[in-house]
Amino acid sequence: MIEHADIDSELIPILDQVSDPEIPVLTILDMGVVRQAKLDGDLVQVVITPTYSGCPAMDVIADDITAAFNKAGYKTNIELVLTPAWTTDWISQEGRNALEKYGIAPPLDADADKDALLGNKKIVKCTNCGSQNTKLVSQFGSTACKALFKCEDCQEPFDYFKCLK
Amino acid sequence: MKSKNLYKYILGIADNSLILGQRMGELCGHGPSLETDIACTNISLDLFGQVRSYYQYAAKIAGDNRTEDDIAMLRKEREYVNVLLVEQPNTNFAYTMARQFLFDAYHLLFLQELEKSNDLTLSAIATKSIKEASYHQRFSSDWIKRLGDGTEESHQKMQEAINGLWTYTDELFHQTEADKAMVEQGVGVDVTKLKEVYYKQVGQILEGATLEIPESKWFQKGGKQGIHTEHLGYLLSDLQYMQRTYPNMSW
Repeated sequence: MIEHADIDSELIPILDQVSDPEIPVLTILDMGVVRQAKLDGDLVQVVITPTYSGCPAMDVIADDITAAFNKAGYKTNIELVLTPAWTTDWISQEGRNALEKYGIAPPLDADADKDALLGNKKIVKCTNCGSQNTKLVSQFGSTACKALFKCEDCQEPFDYFKCLK
Repeated sequence: MKSKNLYKYILGIADNSLILGQRMGELCGHGPSLETDIACTNISLDLFGQVRSYYQYAAKIAGDNRTEDDIAMLRKEREYVNVLLVEQPNTNFAYTMARQFLFDAYHLLFLQELEKSNDLTLSAIATKSIKEASYHQRFSSDWIKRLGDGTEESHQKMQEAINGLWTYTDELFHQTEADKAMVEQGVGVDVTKLKEVYYKQVGQILEGATLEIPESKWFQKGGKQGIHTEHLGYLLSDLQYMQRTYPNMSW
């Protein structure tokens, strides 16, 4: 499930309770922001990485992690690291499915993303009706990680999670 | 302080992003359309995020009680070392996008070199920021093309914006004493080497947007020495109001 991170398996159920405050259907594990979680006595050493430099959710996520571990009887030490830089490749398949169901089109691969955001190809699938007849409305959406699209068949606007590599 | 030059060098990078971030943030609720309003504030948020990493590092190097907030909010005008370009006010949207474009083109070239720094913190911040800056550049270049190659009126406004801001571009490639010291140590970027490719890339986009490249060879300077245009004081009074009025306030 978590291929790019180093997390003690007994800590996974606790971390799984913490969700992204801006996209509540995604847990922080699905999101790939937890890089490391190691148990050291009753202290958990956690390393997290921001999705975007200015992501205001990071402070909340750190607080939520501390709270979740406190509830389970652990102390925490949380460190924020920038390298290796977060990429949308770290979003799990479960996370991608959850995003789509929630109404946010999951990130495409880098080349397809470029085509979509430059308007070269119609490839982003509408989360409402599944049509690929969609149009970029704005490169920037409601949060730093999203762009705004509109479906030209069902006319619904929806968010697209930008590929970050 | 561990290294005065390194501290100054970090401020030289961070102040550009702080001041430009503040300018773009001013458009919150005032953008020409909802989408562009959100785009400008998203860019602002990215820049502020990068700035936090830089100022946190600077505070660590200062080694006294200074925090990232003190460095960002409590310096005097003459102590800010951002280039004059980024403090220029939002007059019309063409001007705002031209300012962003002229900075983004530089920012991306600069970050790509900073990534090679032997200072691991600066290199890490650069790697993270490149992804964001290239997105900004795509957005602002797009607007240069749309407005430059748009209607007669949008073309005229964009040309005026480029002409007006051109005088601030040369300063991007001036070296300070701190710059020189940091280049020597393999920490800093030699900005003089970015100049040629910058003007080439910018020139290509302008030409593609049917805009003329200004011919004036007279350039403004001073920001890197703390000598600013009349606009920065107003920006700072806005930026610093809360911190000055309610010292040590928190949310």
